[in-house]
Amino acid sequence: MKYNEKYDKYDNLRQDMDTHDNTMELIIDSKSENESFARVVVASFVARLDPTLEEIADIKTAVSEAVTNCIIHGYEGKKGKIYIKCTLDGNTLTLLVNDEGVGIEDIHKAMEPMYTTKPQLERSGMGFSFMEAFMDELVVSSEINKGTTITMKKLIGVKDI
Amino acid sequence: MKQGLTKTDERVKQDLGCENADYTEEIIHTDYIYMVSNNMLVISMNAELDHHLADEMREVIDHAIDERGVKNIIFDFSKIGFMDSAGIGLIMGRYKRLINKGGIYVSGVNDSIARILMISGLHKLVTRTSDINQAVYMINCSN
Repeated sequence: MKYNEKYDKYDNLRQDMDTHDNTMELIIDSKSENESFARVVVASFVARLDPTLEEIADIKTAVSEAVTNCIIHGYEGKKGKIYIKCTLDGNTLTLLVNDEGVGIEDIHKAMEPMYTTKPQLERSGMGFSFMEAFMDELVVSSEINKGTTITMKKLIGVKDI
Repeated sequence: MKQGLTKTDERVKQDLGCENADYTEEIIHTDYIYMVSNNMLVISMNAELDHHLADEMREVIDHAIDERGVKNIIFDFSKIGFMDSAGIGLIMGRYKRLINKGGIYVSGVNDSIARILMISGLHKLVTRTSDINQAVYMINCSN
């Protein structure tokens, strides 16, 4: 199978990638041991913007929460692919995390702090709250049985006024 | 029954910074080291506390609570700088299990982990200490 055919399904996600300053794509299996890998890759990619330690910690937490959600909720522990795309435009990081899992029934409810559909797994229900708190912008789009896409933005190296 | 301490045990004890405590059981894993004393569990992590490590540690900690009668847990973060909501879930779950028996202590947390504890409200439920020795001292005083 040619690369293009194999990854055709990601074409709609990578549309205007040529217009950005710098882009990175990562496709990983939905396994918990890949979480730390995804965090480190994204953090290293952002490193050229010379972020503070706090900004690095923010980004790592957001990646970790998003990828964990794909594994636990999206694919419910089953095998699947997680697609991560990072783009840098000037000082803005855009981070997209996509899975083709079960999707979210009620996004509004899912984003409430302390709400979780999996209390038996001791999920704290803080995933989306952390993503919202640590990133500047968070957009969640989801379709039942099609998957979920999370897009986050963060300005690096510019303090809030 | 207390076992004699070998040289490895002594090294781990030094590593954990509590040479003076009397430990009777320990497990050395690449991602964490843990030791159980009479009613106290010290767990020192070497890898970032995420969903992957939380799942591994949950089993080990619950076994110590059920089988070894552990009442106080000290989580040592001095070697790591990252924790996410899975760590919150892990600590919250253990807090609920020990609520009427003892408590949870966290030691050596850096700024970013402190922020996670603060945002989640967990800082009100656990005792924060500068190092393991301080936590061990506090537990011994409360007994």
